[in-house]
Amino acid sequence: MPASCLKSDILSHKEIFSGVYQMTCRFPGPKAPGQFFMVRGWQGYPLLSRPISVNDADEDTVTFVYEVRGQGTQLLSALRPGESVELTGPVGSGFPVEKLSGRVAVVAGGIGIAPLLYAAKSMKGCEAELFCGFRGKSYLVEAFAPYVSAVHVASDSGAEGHHGFVTDLLDAADFDAVITCGPEIMMKKVARACREAGVLCYVSMERHMACGIGACLGCTCKTLHGAKCVCKDGPVFLGEDVMIDA
Amino acid sequence: MLETVIHGVTFKNPVIAASGTFGFGHEFSQFYDLSRLGGISSKGLTLEERFGNSGERLYETESGLINSIGLQNPGVDAFIRDELPYMESLGTVILANLGGGTLDAYLQGVEKLNGTSVDIIELNISCPNVKAGGMAFGIKSDVAYEVVREVRAVCKKPLMVKLSPNAENIVEMAARCEEAGADSISLVNTFKAMAIDIHKKKPVFDNIFAGLSGPAIKNIALRMVYEVSSAVQVPVIGMGGISRWEDAVEFIMAGASAVQVGTANFVRPTVCLEIIEGLEKFMVENSFQTIAEMVGIAHNNA
Ligand SMILES: Cc1cc2nc3c(=O)[nH]c(=O)nc-3n(C[C@H](O)[C@H](O)[C@H](O)COP(=O)(O)O)c2cc1C
Repeated sequence: MPASCLKSDILSHKEIFSGVYQMTCRFPGPKAPGQFFMVRGWQGYPLLSRPISVNDADEDTVTFVYEVRGQGTQLLSALRPGESVELTGPVGSGFPVEKLSGRVAVVAGGIGIAPLLYAAKSMKGCEAELFCGFRGKSYLVEAFAPYVSAVHVASDSGAEGHHGFVTDLLDAADFDAVITCGPEIMMKKVARACREAGVLCYVSMERHMACGIGACLGCTCKTLHGAKCVCKDGPVFLGEDVMIDA
Repeated sequence: MLETVIHGVTFKNPVIAASGTFGFGHEFSQFYDLSRLGGISSKGLTLEERFGNSGERLYETESGLINSIGLQNPGVDAFIRDELPYMESLGTVILANLGGGTLDAYLQGVEKLNGTSVDIIELNISCPNVKAGGMAFGIKSDVAYEVVREVRAVCKKPLMVKLSPNAENIVEMAARCEEAGADSISLVNTFKAMAIDIHKKKPVFDNIFAGLSGPAIKNIALRMVYEVSSAVQVPVIGMGGISRWEDAVEFIMAGASAVQVGTANFVRPTVCLEIIEGLEKFMVENSFQTIAEMVGIAHNNA
């Protein structure tokens, strides 16, 4: 699935939670769960495009859910349907959903929930449960309803669900596989629990990146199989391969 | 019309993808036909494989990029075995960019590359990111002179020497490299820079200092190319912040026989193609028949 670099029309764009936006763009061709695009909605500066993962997709469109964190996402959030963005992608190696079967835990931390929706939707013949942690109130959780049999929510503030870490809610031994995306400390805990329970675990890594296609070597991470590019060889890796010191 | 000949090597056009920003070409081949390029300079090679630097490797500035990659590369032997066959199939000029920690490492690297199909060796005496990354050789012109002279003695390929803008005196540096036998001079590599994380109250990079590239450095790099090209006879290859065809024209008018495009490849993978097309259109509109007519023209009109 080679990537392309295209000007793409914005079909819809709305704030679904305070500071969290959902944007759908026209972009023909297949996209795999866990892949991402380098997104640019401005000329000039900021210099670099922003990596944003596929939240949902069909043959003709791609949907992103992103949190406004800096100048780039701020500029992006101001664009309206009918305007366009520049997309380079789809890039990266995503969740190998074909390798998943049986009971699967989908574990999200904060905005890490975004790529997991398309992953949950793409899993075939699995029984999935969603575990998600937020700072305060939850978002995007309802969208999982068709794809998961149970939802477990935790929050740092106690505003919703369990008051504490999402990892408190998860017993990896109950599952055949776990897929996770979120803060690295959370994923480390998940990967460690899976390793102890002998459960297959895939993590989606995040690193600062410049090109998103494997050329700059800025997002290199150490793995059991040597140095890998998070953008090209990942962002999804086997937990045991990247969480070496977990 | 865009063809340019540099020390006997014919480039289809004067636009070369810069070292460290284009890998060995694979990643960009999904976006366009790489035979359209004038040339590709390989990721900086060292004798041994290197993992590169620990910690944060990138920092975006207002209009540039600071990197601390630290010459992550598979080593010269693996390059020759695994990457070069692909690169030579691309139908463009291949530059092997060679870094080194010691004079001996440079010499051994050159010996290995001598017997291959690479068109040019670009000797990197300018990487700021590795203690032994070559920049030690790129600060003082007398030190650079010695390295270039010894490398020249064993090098069977055209030898392009890539200068650091951190050189004590860039004009003297270029002149000394020419005197030592460089066939051409490329400049500039990245500017030594740094960033501080105010929340952690410490430098962003484990190495403290790292290299600044991108639009932020363009006009300083341009000035250096202008000065160096009037001080040496050998061809000058200009780079530093080139992001649009207009920038490429500026560097050529400042005296560059060809240009390299680095950081801009990260911003839009097809940028080199856009620069080549823009350059050609500009030449037609301004009745330039050859690149050579434009090289250094700004000096005549200064
Ligand atoms: C991420 C990165 C890696 C680089 N690696 C190398 C390298 O291995 N060898 C080298 O000679 N220059 C290297 N450079 C320097 C570029 O080739 C170029 O000289 C410099 O970035 C200025 O051009 P630009 O502003 O167009 O990027 C690197 C630059 C960047 C941004």
